[in-house]
Amino acid sequence: MYQVGNLVKELSDKHGRMRESLMPILQEIVQKHNYLTDEAMVEVARELDISAAEVYGTASFYTFLDTQVKGKYVIRVCKTITCSMKGKSDIIQTLEDMLKIKIGETTTDKQFSLIETNCIGWCHKAPAILINEMPYTELTPEKVSTIIKDYMQK
Amino acid sequence: MAVRRIELMLCTGTGCVAGGAFRISEALEKEIQKQGLEKEISVIITGCNGFCGHGPLMLVQPDGIFYGFLTPEDIPFLVQEHFLKGRPVKKLMFSPPEKKEPVPLLSEIPFFKKQLLIVLRNRGIIDPEKIDEYIARDGFTALEKVLTSMTPDDVINEITRSGLRGRGGAGFPTGTKWKICRAEQKMPKYIICNCDEGDPGAFMDRSVFESDPLSAMEGMIIGGYAIGASHGYIYARSEYPLAIKRMNLSISSAKDYGLMGKNILGTDFSFDLEIRQGSGAFVCGEETSLILSIEGRGPEPIQRPPFPAQSGIWGCPTVINNVETWATIPVIINRGADWFSKIGTETSKGTKIFSLVGKINNAGLIEVPMGITLKEIVYDIGGGIPDNKKFKAVQTGGPSGGCIPYSMIDIPIDFESLIEAGSMMGSGGMIVMDEDTCMVDVAKFFIQFTNDESCGKCTTCRDGSEALHKVLTDITNGDGKEVDLEFLEEVGNAIKDASACGLGTTLPNPVLSTLKYFRDEYEAHIKERRCPALVCKNLIKYYILPEKCTGCKLCLKNCPPGAIKGELKHIHIIDQSKCTKCGTCLDVCPPKVSAIIKVSGKEMENITGIEEPYPVKRKGGKNET
Repeated sequence: MYQVGNLVKELSDKHGRMRESLMPILQEIVQKHNYLTDEAMVEVARELDISAAEVYGTASFYTFLDTQVKGKYVIRVCKTITCSMKGKSDIIQTLEDMLKIKIGETTTDKQFSLIETNCIGWCHKAPAILINEMPYTELTPEKVSTIIKDYMQK
Repeated sequence: MAVRRIELMLCTGTGCVAGGAFRISEALEKEIQKQGLEKEISVIITGCNGFCGHGPLMLVQPDGIFYGFLTPEDIPFLVQEHFLKGRPVKKLMFSPPEKKEPVPLLSEIPFFKKQLLIVLRNRGIIDPEKIDEYIARDGFTALEKVLTSMTPDDVINEITRSGLRGRGGAGFPTGTKWKICRAEQKMPKYIICNCDEGDPGAFMDRSVFESDPLSAMEGMIIGGYAIGASHGYIYARSEYPLAIKRMNLSISSAKDYGLMGKNILGTDFSFDLEIRQGSGAFVCGEETSLILSIEGRGPEPIQRPPFPAQSGIWGCPTVINNVETWATIPVIINRGADWFSKIGTETSKGTKIFSLVGKINNAGLIEVPMGITLKEIVYDIGGGIPDNKKFKAVQTGGPSGGCIPYSMIDIPIDFESLIEAGSMMGSGGMIVMDEDTCMVDVAKFFIQFTNDESCGKCTTCRDGSEALHKVLTDITNGDGKEVDLEFLEEVGNAIKDASACGLGTTLPNPVLSTLKYFRDEYEAHIKERRCPALVCKNLIKYYILPEKCTGCKLCLKNCPPGAIKGELKHIHIIDQSKCTKCGTCLDVCPPKVSAIIKVSGKEMENITGIEEPYPVKRKGGKNET
């Protein structure tokens, strides 16, 4: 859990307090903390003078606006058919074995979250994953294990 | 910049970098220096060349000779032979699979020869982060022409005459859309660029913004002038961080140059651009939903009419076009509607970008004139199917599209032919499938996708996709019934008829088209409990052929659930109750031995039980059973 502090107020000053400011504000909180806490959403509702239910409704509509606790590194495995054809399941198996979590879970030390995502547009270099904002492509179990080991040492 | 005798255009797209492009560049620099050629030859780093399957690669200019699959070890020989002695190196050139003679010139290689680059005109040629390089390649000359010598009506007429149709999927005539918007009285008006590219298998929007971001932006400014808008939005997926970074860079450099913002090029016309990000909702690529998302409201599509061109963002007239459409505009203005409308077919003009992916040798983005046949795309440009497998189908149009079978490989690619074939153009994804792809499984994948992404507003889309998914799951699990096929068709057609937006009305296409062309596969799953492509796990078994097994223990050591029994030089056995059907054993069994097979349907019953491993005895090269 993180404390929102002045963040919501600062972001509202930056993006405005209109209805259209809602998405950019939520996106920037997620960019910073990887997910939205209840406290953050209530705070956004107060700043924008809309109901907390509306903020939650918007956040829960979008998969990238997570309302569950997420780790420092969010690993998104592309679940699209082209990645499946090129061995996505081996990549997931390797990740699950290394991190000792299943798809949809976060490690207990809150370092890694593992989720599946829609097409990330690297179909010609499948299979692909995103770790936070960084794409990794043409993966093999060996390649993915080297990548994760690097992140573990960060 | 000094002029050199030879320029080496070394590709540093993601694919080539992963293959060691920077090691090639080091090796080149070193050898060039060693031979004292540094005043004659320069190495130029470029963006992606597109022929990723042959990387690391480079183009020798001005000769136009192409070298692929380079390794640092090749470089000293290459530099000495070609650049010192003037003898191009044949073994590093492109060789077509069946022919012995290599093709030296890039322009003669089928992958490039059949393509026509209009939208991708600057791909691999300019540095996307430098506005000067875009300008050097005729960038902003179209904008200048429009602002100084054309009225807004002239611009709309030119676009209408060109025959350009929207590249986002539906193919609505762009000029008509602009005309409707221009005729609206309400002000202000807006321009939107739809870069919420969600179709599985499509990535042209990402690539355009990563390799040439200003071309689409120039198109948007021209569009703004044509309809009378002074503000525009680019709605981009958050999955594309690099594209968004380059959009931001381009906006600020265009503003610095007076090519965006107030009084562009000293005229009265002003135009500003703003980037809005999506957050991972596929439905936001639907135009009404996208507009609601920018407004910060719940992005559930609303019924049209009124169309966005009449009443769009904040209820104001809005022209919303796809990235590729916007990037085509400057070229039409510069080269004229007559030139553009000569390319393509009667009803579909110009070129289209496709992302050629899946089971294909040359995967990547291609841009081809409309009317090219599917066969030319798959075999001439795509280089055919890997490992000599059989071509089964190509899926076009993403989750809204369908599968086109081998029997229709000669159809020309344009908006109408694809719809006739039960698919659609969509944003241009082309997923090639070989004999190892199960078409029921493919249909299930797409229905699962649309079921996840349905916004839930219309019952038919929300619950219909759920119902289709359940039945398809049953069929792939071996629990299908004969009435299921009728059910799929009936529900599919009901969803088509009664959903509000493009997502709902097209979501049954993957099911309906596979039912049409691959009904036998569905029937095999249902009647024989057999998956012809050997994909559906519940319908297959792995089996070790006793007459071939050499008892090497390789499969046993690698089997993740430990389902294989055996010892050294003993025939191995798979315990079917423990087998998870991951296929590892098949992958590790040496090709010379090939003792492991996959079976389905009736063949599964024929697997007779050998209970315990027994010693391998060889007689006449075969095991005794």
